[in-house]
This record gives sequence, C-alpha cells and structure tokens, in this order.
Amino acid sequence: MQTDDVAIRVRNVSHRFGEEGEARNVRALLDTSVDILRGELLCFIGPSGCGKSTLLNVIGGLLAPSAGTAQVGGKPVRGPLPREIAYVFQENALFPWSTVLENVKLGMLFQGVPAAEREVRAQRAIEAVGLSEFAHHYPGQLSGGMRQRAALARALSLETAILLMDEPFGALDEQTRMILGEDLSVLLARTAKTIAFVTHSLGEAVFLADRVAVFTARPGTIKKIIRIDEPHPRKPEFVTSEKFTRLRNELYSLLHDEIRKSVSESARVARADPLDRDSFGPGPP
Amino acid sequence: MMSAVRRRTGDAIATRAVQAGFVIALVTLWHLATTQWGVSHFLLPQPAAVLRELADVLRSGEFVQDLKITLHEVVVAFAAAALSGTVLGYLISRSAYLVRVFEPLFSGIYAIPAILFFPVYVLIFGLGPASKIAIGTTISFFPVVLSTIAGFAHVDRILVVAARSMGSSGYQMFRYVLLPAAFPVILTGLRMGFILALLSILGSETIASLEGLGHRIVSLAELMKTERMFAYIVFAVAIAALLNVAVSALEALGRRR
Ligand SMILES: Nc1ncnc2c1ncn2[C@@H]1O[C@H](COP(=O)(O)OP(=O)(O)OP(=O)(O)O)[C@@H](O)[C@H]1O
Ligand SMILES: [Mg+2]
Repeated sequence: MQTDDVAIRVRNVSHRFGEEGEARNVRALLDTSVDILRGELLCFIGPSGCGKSTLLNVIGGLLAPSAGTAQVGGKPVRGPLPREIAYVFQENALFPWSTVLENVKLGMLFQGVPAAEREVRAQRAIEAVGLSEFAHHYPGQLSGGMRQRAALARALSLETAILLMDEPFGALDEQTRMILGEDLSVLLARTAKTIAFVTHSLGEAVFLADRVAVFTARPGTIKKIIRIDEPHPRKPEFVTSEKFTRLRNELYSLLHDEIRKSVSESARVARADPLDRDSFGPGPP
Repeated sequence: MMSAVRRRTGDAIATRAVQAGFVIALVTLWHLATTQWGVSHFLLPQPAAVLRELADVLRSGEFVQDLKITLHEVVVAFAAAALSGTVLGYLISRSAYLVRVFEPLFSGIYAIPAILFFPVYVLIFGLGPASKIAIGTTISFFPVVLSTIAGFAHVDRILVVAARSMGSSGYQMFRYVLLPAAFPVILTGLRMGFILALLSILGSETIASLEGLGHRIVSLAELMKTERMFAYIVFAVAIAALLNVAVSALEALGRRR
C-alpha cells in the first residue's frame, strides 16, 4: 500500500472526555488506527456510544484527541479543513432561518467560494439531490429525509475530496433510508470522493461501503474490517443477493457480541448504584 | 389553503371585535356609574365631560410641552438601555462562566421593584428629566440584557460546529449564525424594555417631577380639576397604546426578515 493512496490516516487515537477521576469522565476511543484509501467509502459501525462520532470529529479537526494523530493528505490535522473536508452531521445542522438555497450558499461563503460561482454550484448541488422544487423552502417546511438531502447538497457544493457522514439517515424510516442509500450510491459513484460514513444499519453498511470497520464496545477501537467487493453504483438487486445476506450476517455476528457487552456493562453500572437495585430485583410474585 | 387564510382573517376580525366590545362595555359602565348609579362626579367625572376636556386639551395644544418632555425621556432612556443591554449581554454571553455569574444575578435584580429606589435617583439627579431618564434606563436595562444573554448563549451548538467545519471566520460566525439565532429573542427583550421604560417614566413623573405627562396628571389632581385630569389620563393611555402597537409592529417586521 503506497502512502499516496491513503487519504486519511488515523494512528493510535485515544480520547477521553473530562479529566480522570471526574464524575463525567468517559473514555470514548482507545488506541484506534485505520487508513482510509483515496476514493473509497469506509463505513464505521458499532454499539451506541463507542466513539464513532468522536473519531469522525478527530478526523475533521473539530476535536483534538487526547493521544494519537489523524493525518489528511499526509499532513497532521490541527483544526477544521474546510477546503478538504465536508460534513453531514448526525443531527440536523441546517440553519433554520435560511432557505435550502441560502443554506447551501452560506456554506460556500464560509469556505471562501467567490460570489459569482456560489449560485451556479448551489443550484447544481440541490438538483443532484433532487430538491430543486424545494430550494426556497425553509428547513422547518421539509420532511426529515428532505432535510438530510439538503444537508448533503450543502456538503457536495463545497466540492471537497473528503466527505464525513455521521448517520446521515439515522433519523429516517427504513424505506426512505433505502431509497436515499440507492441515490447516494449512484451520486457518489460519479464523484470519486473519499467517504467515512457512520451508520447503525447493517444493510446500509453492506450496501454502500467498500469496507466496513466494526467497533468494539466503549472505549471503542476497531475490532475488524471486512471488505465488500461489489462495483458501484450498487443495484437494488444486490440487496436480495446471497452475497449481501452472507456479508450482512457476518457483520451481525461481529457486532452482536459487542452490543451485548455494551448493554451488560451499562446494566452493571446501574446495579452498582444502590438506588437502582430494585429495578433489577425479582418482580412482584 | 385559501379557506385556511380566510378563516384566519375571519378569526382576527372576530378577535378585534371582542376587544372593541370590551372597551365599549367599560365606557358604558363608566357612563352608567356616573349618570345612573350616583358615583360622585368629583371622584369619577362623566365620560362626556372628559371628552369635552380632551377636545379642549388637544385644540389648545397645551399638551405639547409635556408630551415632548415625556417622549424625550423615554427615547433617551430606552436608547441607553438598548445599547448597554445588548453590548453587555453579548460580551457576557461569550463566556460560560460570566453567564453562570450574571444570568441569575440580573434575573434576581429584575424581580426587585426598582421604582422603590426612585427617591435616591431624585437626590442624585434632581427633579428634572435626568432622574426619569436614569430610572427608565435602569428598569428597562434588565429585560434587554437578559434576553441578549439568553439569545446568544443558547445558540444550538451543532450550528456553530457546522459553521466552523465549513471555515467560517469569527465575523461570519457572528453575522450569519449567532445574530440570526439570537435576534428574535433579543427583539422580545427590546419590546419589554421599551414598555418598562414608558411605564416607569410616566410613573416616576407622578412621584416627583416638574414637567411631563405624569406630572401634569398629578398637579391637576392636586388642583381638584378631575375632569381635565381624566382627559390627560385618557390621552396618556392612548399614547402608550399607540407606542405599544408601533413597537409590536416593528418587532413583527424584524422577525419576518
Ligand atoms: N462533549 C462530550 N463530553 C463528554 N462526553 C462525551 C462528549 N461527547 C461524547 N461523549 C461520550 O463519549 C462517548 C462516545 O461518544 P460518541 O458520540 O463518539 O459515540 P457514538 O459512537 O457516535 O454513538 P452513537 O452511535 O450513539 O452516535 C459516549 O459515551 C458519550 O457519552
Ligand atoms: Mg454518533
């Protein structure tokens, strides 16, 4: 593997929120290393709270890790890199007082795109996600799926080589999520971007990713990476294939143990708290 | 769509009708009390007599000097409170520590009836407009500063992070994220501040003053000119209502942008 094939290099990253001994101190990431190749889509999947968003924030320069380094294009990340990295956040991060079009243009204003270019690029990005009819709507007037597509349009308009997507379809129903996944696969096959994508959906991970990295329970680190060899854009038929089912099952068994661990750990924490003991005792006869 | 709009205008008209009916009922009660139920004209003059006096006040232009004084005091006091409240509120909102210190402190002071300190203001600033301006500024400062702190300090964090990730500069963050997020909250504080400035200035003019609408009302009461006093009260109420409508309209306009 040559160095210049690697777009994002994460080396021994650990992160702890709060100081040791503090009540609210949480070890979110433990000695995590991973290379994300140029042009690939790498999915992160793992138990809730294992540190996936934290890792994405470290890569994006929004959070300085307690230990280890992230490199983008061979240079260590020291802060936000608006020219190289665009974000689609887990929560809805559109400005509620601006229309879809204004939101997209505002992103480019922040990034430093000349005014003349903004309008054209914004229209193009909004069309790419199929929201042209809603360009002048406010986020509050859109459905959840449309809002996430608008956020995607804003990220695409920035024309960065890297896209970080944190559960972009997490709040949506399964059907909408599948359709958006298919659209995304088509869209991204054209752009050759490097993408780190966090999801909770096994199906979404297998459908979209070139590789899927499975996290352990908190403090999270990457347990295993599995490869999905299937050309892009992926066809809807892929979902019903035997290969898809096999990969999905493999992911499920990897993940299942970790989710058990993370659930039983929180149960143990709760039981250690005497006030909570009753809820775990035998029920009424 | 159409019918919803029509229903909403219909509702608005009905609401206005009820409000007008309420005022008419009050005046009718007032009329009946003075003509039928034998309430002393000395305590409560007849509406018709008050109307005659009001017409005289307006025609003679006698009110102009007092109105000028009161409005001048209100405008200066409100401007001072708006400027100091927004600037100080913004500066405080930039530090979580300062917010923790000052938000409860200002909320506590806001709940104290500051008009009780008016005698002290008179001792310091005298009987002229300066003491009214000072008390008006003090009282209207608190809603402005509190709403400014609330507006700026509680901007959704994800919006700030998103803007930062896209490379926003400090100025851009203020202009395109913090200000639009805080603006509606600040507007409400400004409207509250304006109303409080008006109330406290009219009120303090009745306590100790040489001029102004409040002063005119008390001096007429002392001269036992009840009818004319009521004419001035009606006039002051009308001015206050007019200003309130104007400020609310400005607020609605600011919200729409
Ligand atoms: N700002 C913060 N301060 C303190 N603790 C935090 C902070 N952000 C995250 N954490 C903690 O760090 C851990 C990892 O958080 P993170 O958001 O990275 O999890 P995640 O894997 O993205 O979870 P999810 O799948 O639920 O989004 C969690 O236990 C969380 O409580
Ligand atoms: Mg997360």
